[in-house]
Amino acid sequence: MSDTKTFVYMNRKAPYGTVYALESLEVVLIGAAFEQNVKLVFMDDGVYQLTKNQDTDGIGMKNFSKTYSALGDYDVNQIYVCEQSLKDRGLTLDDLQELTYEDEDDDWAEKSSIHLVSRDQIAEIVGSADVLLNF
Amino acid sequence: MKFAIQVNEGPFTHQASDTAYQFTKAALENGHEIFRVFFYHDGVNNGTYFGVPPIDDRNVQQQWSELAEKHDLDLVVCVAAAQRRGIMDEDESKRHGKGTSNIAPGFRISGLGQLIEAGIQADRLLVFGD
Amino acid sequence: MSTLHTVNKSPFERNSLDSCLSVAAEGATVLLIEDAVGGALQNTAVASTVSDAMGKGVKFAVLGEDLRARGLSAERVIDGISVVDYAGFVQLACDHDNVQNWL
Repeated sequence: MSDTKTFVYMNRKAPYGTVYALESLEVVLIGAAFEQNVKLVFMDDGVYQLTKNQDTDGIGMKNFSKTYSALGDYDVNQIYVCEQSLKDRGLTLDDLQELTYEDEDDDWAEKSSIHLVSRDQIAEIVGSADVLLNF
Repeated sequence: MKFAIQVNEGPFTHQASDTAYQFTKAALENGHEIFRVFFYHDGVNNGTYFGVPPIDDRNVQQQWSELAEKHDLDLVVCVAAAQRRGIMDEDESKRHGKGTSNIAPGFRISGLGQLIEAGIQADRLLVFGD
Repeated sequence: MSTLHTVNKSPFERNSLDSCLSVAAEGATVLLIEDAVGGALQNTAVASTVSDAMGKGVKFAVLGEDLRARGLSAERVIDGISVVDYAGFVQLACDHDNVQNWL
């Protein structure tokens, strides 16, 4: 498969209450091996997926939040977080875990994968997609 | 046009699988190609052969199986999601010592890579879910 | 480049339609299916939201099968919203460059 497509993963659901966040992340990790152009959008309740200090001991479920920090190693480093969705939930960037990658075009400098975006910018990202995956 | 279809919900609780089925059927009737139907999350439950709905209700699994036979459709159930939810073919069943398999005719079990490949190969991917 | 958006949640229960409309660009089509079809009717609490979006160049369609299943007549659909069948749904997917399903 030589053709490269832009895959946009739209994440709009909170973790744990339903399985969608976990099983979406599994698709992202498997999909990384296909060397496509991958963008992740977190909007609406999807922003809850990225909060830091998640502690699932009390609910008896696996805490998969640390997996997000491995995305940079899989060359998944275009992560777009809806600023309005954060604001609506009383959250800021400081409430989210830091997600970084090493930029091979810039002497492997460590950079943030997270970009805060407006709804207009999300519209552009949706417009740029060949494939939109929703869970 | 070449379509890929993703189904995220099982039969009966949500309309998702019914809508996906009607869309797929309409696409085929209008001369389009269905590259693959990929069942993920609870969608894997569409692939169990053990559902016995009342006689006056539709049998969602059977509808998919019959459509697959008629049009040589590729119905793929995600292996990881299927293992979590107890959907097994004979190989999987033997491997896990379960003694019986329950995958319906026309469905096959494979990995998530099949979904990504469908996204790459198809002209359009549609997702049906909750 | 234009996108077909599908919404399947009731706008009276969930925010999918609002999220969709905050992202849908001019030239896009929003297709209301399943429990979202109530959003296509006149005189609802979301009718002005839908009309405003139409004024900004977003087109709307509604799946007739889902309307009829819920006892809702196509005559009550807002002027300018087209009622399509499943074949029309397929055609809309062909006529746009990609599909965003707001689940």
